[in-house]
Amino acid sequence: MSVSSAFGKGRPALMPYFTLGYPDDETSLDVVAACAAAGADALELGIPFSDPLADGPTIQHSTQVALQHGMTTRRCLDAVAELRRRGVRVPLVLMGYLNPILAYGLDAFVADAARAGADGFIVPDLPPDEAGEMQAACRHHGLDLVFLLAPNSPPDRMRPVTEQSRGFVYLVSVTGVTGARERLPAHLEAFVRRVRAVTDKPLAVGFGISTPQQAAAVGRLADGVIVGSALIRAVEGSPRPAEAAAAFVQSMKTGMKASPPPSSPPEVPGKNAARQTDAPAAPK
Amino acid sequence: MNTLLPSRFGRYGGQYVPETLIPPLRELEAAFAAAQDDPAFRQELDALLATYVGRPTPLTHAARLSAHCGGARIYLKREDLAHSGAHKINNALGQALLAKRMGKRRVIAETGAGQHGVATATACALLGLDCVVYMGAVDMQRQAPNVQRMRLLGAEVRAVESGTQTLKDAINEAIRDWVTHVADTYYLLGSALGPHPYPTMVRAFQAVIGREARAQILRQAGRLPDLAVACVGGGSNAIGLFHAFLADESVRLLGVEAGGLGIPSGRHAARFGDPQRARPGVLHGCYTWVLQDADGQIAATHSISAGLDYAAVGPEHALLRETGRAAYTHVTDAEALEAFTLLSRLEGILPALESAHAVAEACKQAAALPPEAVVLVNLSGRGDKDLDTVLHALGKETPA
Repeated sequence: MSVSSAFGKGRPALMPYFTLGYPDDETSLDVVAACAAAGADALELGIPFSDPLADGPTIQHSTQVALQHGMTTRRCLDAVAELRRRGVRVPLVLMGYLNPILAYGLDAFVADAARAGADGFIVPDLPPDEAGEMQAACRHHGLDLVFLLAPNSPPDRMRPVTEQSRGFVYLVSVTGVTGARERLPAHLEAFVRRVRAVTDKPLAVGFGISTPQQAAAVGRLADGVIVGSALIRAVEGSPRPAEAAAAFVQSMKTGMKASPPPSSPPEVPGKNAARQTDAPAAPK
Repeated sequence: MNTLLPSRFGRYGGQYVPETLIPPLRELEAAFAAAQDDPAFRQELDALLATYVGRPTPLTHAARLSAHCGGARIYLKREDLAHSGAHKINNALGQALLAKRMGKRRVIAETGAGQHGVATATACALLGLDCVVYMGAVDMQRQAPNVQRMRLLGAEVRAVESGTQTLKDAINEAIRDWVTHVADTYYLLGSALGPHPYPTMVRAFQAVIGREARAQILRQAGRLPDLAVACVGGGSNAIGLFHAFLADESVRLLGVEAGGLGIPSGRHAARFGDPQRARPGVLHGCYTWVLQDADGQIAATHSISAGLDYAAVGPEHALLRETGRAAYTHVTDAEALEAFTLLSRLEGILPALESAHAVAEACKQAAALPPEAVVLVNLSGRGDKDLDTVLHALGKETPA
């Protein structure tokens, strides 16, 4: 399925991120499955890398722990297959840095990910300028390669990046690394509007969103809300990680529901994600 | 979305960075290209290199070392005599001037051995810029004098406790800082690596080494060298030396990586020397040769010299090796230590442990060459910062 199927349900999509292999393989699978069962609209599954330079301390720590336990790219793909076996049906997006993907073999990675049941990729150190080979592999195997935009992305980049992004466009809420922050940046609304002006594709906002109130506020602006570090922190140290994850997802969803759904202001085109123009993914 | 200047060296290089860094890299590239074309910028930098850094640095005929090694005449390009003790100042000053020109008030840098950190702190003090240096906690221990020097120069030194706590982790942290403070901060990267335009820009600022050395050796030895040797961590001193000789086909170019405890031990930083773990990949924004495990996790490296202790090599070196224009080898910690002692005793020069790798290889090479041959070695830095390490490794207070 296309990752875009997470959107267009008449409400903003909630897309939690979790690091595969943290704190161990089995627990991470339980956490992800619990998030899906609790109503997550899509899941981002982190592939651990030794040098995650776009990540803050929480995700850095989770990937280090996962690597210490022997997590590998191969096992991440196995985890995707296992999640499908457990009945997880929402889009699964693998999020990982480029070097482990190159080490696996770019085309083999995309092919195996497709076979395992993944729907797309987010590669934070692969801007569209360098992504030709991966885009070709993704097209070939019918998977979405999601690109990111940042608040400092100049106007002349917005159109090419959104045009090339498949599934949705990932808006980085702040200039900075991943990690929970106390408040949302003031310029977020203007940033989302600028991107909205050039694309009908779904827009999901991530980085720094940690509370139901923040999720609700972002949900009023964008089509999707991505939470990562806050979920990891909610699970961390809990005696029942899966239950803690489910409770976290439910609290986020409740917060997002409590806020009135966005009425599409006419000056903001493309708010209705059903209008997004991604071609449907090839059947797998 | 094309870059202004070529972003690749053959298939190596590129800009593998988070989206947030694309705009500042474009801004940097434009500013660098404009500065290069601006005679006023060039003039200001040249004046500082002459009156502040002490350029040109001399070329020294190491007669006693040559006699000891046997064979060719060895000449040392004395970057150890540049202000702040290493070639790093050439690049730090050039980039700090650029930062000022761009209106950036805050400069961040990473450092391994501390030489680039000291050079950056020095340039920032001179130009009145705020300076924050990221340094791995392990490196802070083994290069303690440089930490003190940076602090005395007014820089803030931040310990990096993540990962292997060495240079690669310091770069991670510097990049995270840059991503966060992108509007007002200039990232002064210290070697010819990282995303475009750094490899091109750092080479441009270090090329003064080779330009001077080429003219000096023609004057002093009456001929071009048969061989030019430099140590290669990221590879900025080597690319700075090599560049002037690229068109001189008779000059063999040889880069020396850190062999650490030997390749079989796995404890080294020989990105070109380890058939099991070395292959092209992406680290810190650049496609190049990287030491990594089968899963693509970046390998922990080891060298007695913190400045060579890095898992990736500058992308232009990857190309020079691929085309065969330059060759690369490695020498071990023990060989570097021996060369350190040798140069101290025979020439009265304490070399940086990084540079001692080049000296060790030059000595081996010279022995196989005839007496009329000339070997040029880039003595990239001085060894005062390494006294603790050397004395500890030699296992005594003063070498016997």
